[in-house]
Amino acid sequence: MFAYEFMRNAFWAATFIAITCGVVGVYVVARNFSFLAHTLSEIGFAGAAFAVLMGLKPLTGMLIFALLGSIGVGELSMRTEQKESSISAISAFFVGLGILFLSLSSSASSYATNILFGSIIGVSRSSVYQLVGLSVVVLLIIFAIQRPLNYDSFDHIGAAAHHINTGFVGVVFLVALAMAVSIGSQVVGSMLVFVLLTMPSSTARYLGKSIPSMLAWSVGLALLGVWAGLCLGYITNWPVTFFISLIEVTAYLLVYFTHARKKRA
Amino acid sequence: MSKALQVVDLSMKFDDQEIFKKLNFSLETGSMTALLGPNGAGKTTLVRILMGMLSPSHGYFELADDVKVGYVPQFRNIDPDYPLSIKSFIELNTPFWKSQKVKDQVNHILQETHLKGLADTRMGEASGGQKQRAYLAQALLDQPNFIILDEATASLDPKAKEELMSLIAHLNHEHKMTVLFVTHDIPLAKRYMKDYLYLSDGTVSQGKMEDFKESFN
Repeated sequence: MFAYEFMRNAFWAATFIAITCGVVGVYVVARNFSFLAHTLSEIGFAGAAFAVLMGLKPLTGMLIFALLGSIGVGELSMRTEQKESSISAISAFFVGLGILFLSLSSSASSYATNILFGSIIGVSRSSVYQLVGLSVVVLLIIFAIQRPLNYDSFDHIGAAAHHINTGFVGVVFLVALAMAVSIGSQVVGSMLVFVLLTMPSSTARYLGKSIPSMLAWSVGLALLGVWAGLCLGYITNWPVTFFISLIEVTAYLLVYFTHARKKRA
Repeated sequence: MSKALQVVDLSMKFDDQEIFKKLNFSLETGSMTALLGPNGAGKTTLVRILMGMLSPSHGYFELADDVKVGYVPQFRNIDPDYPLSIKSFIELNTPFWKSQKVKDQVNHILQETHLKGLADTRMGEASGGQKQRAYLAQALLDQPNFIILDEATASLDPKAKEELMSLIAHLNHEHKMTVLFVTHDIPLAKRYMKDYLYLSDGTVSQGKMEDFKESFN
């Protein structure tokens, strides 16, 4: 399997993306941002479609749209009373926009499939470098703000009482999230980005009791999902995204029910 | 006795609504004061001003140079599925890689707040009293010598109330910590607090807890 360059590329890119999504995901779940992450991926979809229309790389468009979207949607989610409805409205609008861009660009429908459902197999060497570079940037951002981010994400009221600039931490995290969504979409597609961004970290919440242990579980589960997914995809020729979602959802349900049973006992 | 806090002509207005006007009082170092008053009298507003989380419309307050304030807010977002253990919750405001000194400090505070045996219990699964002690422990990690607690006993059963109050009394007695305790519970305040501040109708009165005669709510 590793004799093929396209498989080696896919493994490298998927490994870094899984680590990034595993780390960012812990904070996405702690801050109740799962829905926001999903919306950002839909905004990113419109961006990718726009890039196709303009003859750019889909990742470029996705990054630009998701970054701009993160600020706007983040602001809404923090201030508006009806945050679910307003975010739904925005996400619906952007999905519509994405469909328009794709139809205007008259590109092959495989483009749409790739953006929506992922296309890690076939990623070029230069794209691998780009994805690894972006992953490192996201991890560095998280590392730079980890102390206030930990406090604010797991105890917002305590952090505010400690004069932590929670607004600033929130904005910086949204930027990191937008980048994580954009690169995560390259593996599992914008439709299913939460499979990498929220499933492993939601499972990790039942397995770890400290932030380092949750990070370790979350990254471990994300890595297990993408590695096993790539192997199974290679063997069966079925979509990698299918296997990743199957693994992550199974792990989550197993842990969830075990936890629920323990709690009842 | 030296003064830990001096409040001078402090007024607060939200839009057109006056919360309180020209409050003047001081707290002595090592004192134990209950901040009492009906709902909406501005107790939490006053505390938030003292914590620098709100700016007063008028007046000012001064803390003594050596005073370091710790604050236990009234509400926290801890649902039953909250994942962090009591120990991890307490050390949230510490570096990711902890020095031996920080670890020792956390262990010492766990011991002092009687949470040592529960360090690994998830906060979501802890009882109300255990949670309150963990909130207090988190504030104590900054090594304050003045602690403000906002309605810390409001949702606790009688036993948990007594536990928390004896812990606060211990901090005051052993560490000479100045305590400002916001509460509605007058009998509890009479048992544990020495002085009172009574905030009502936009003004404040001060005295010994045993002399407190007002009733409200």
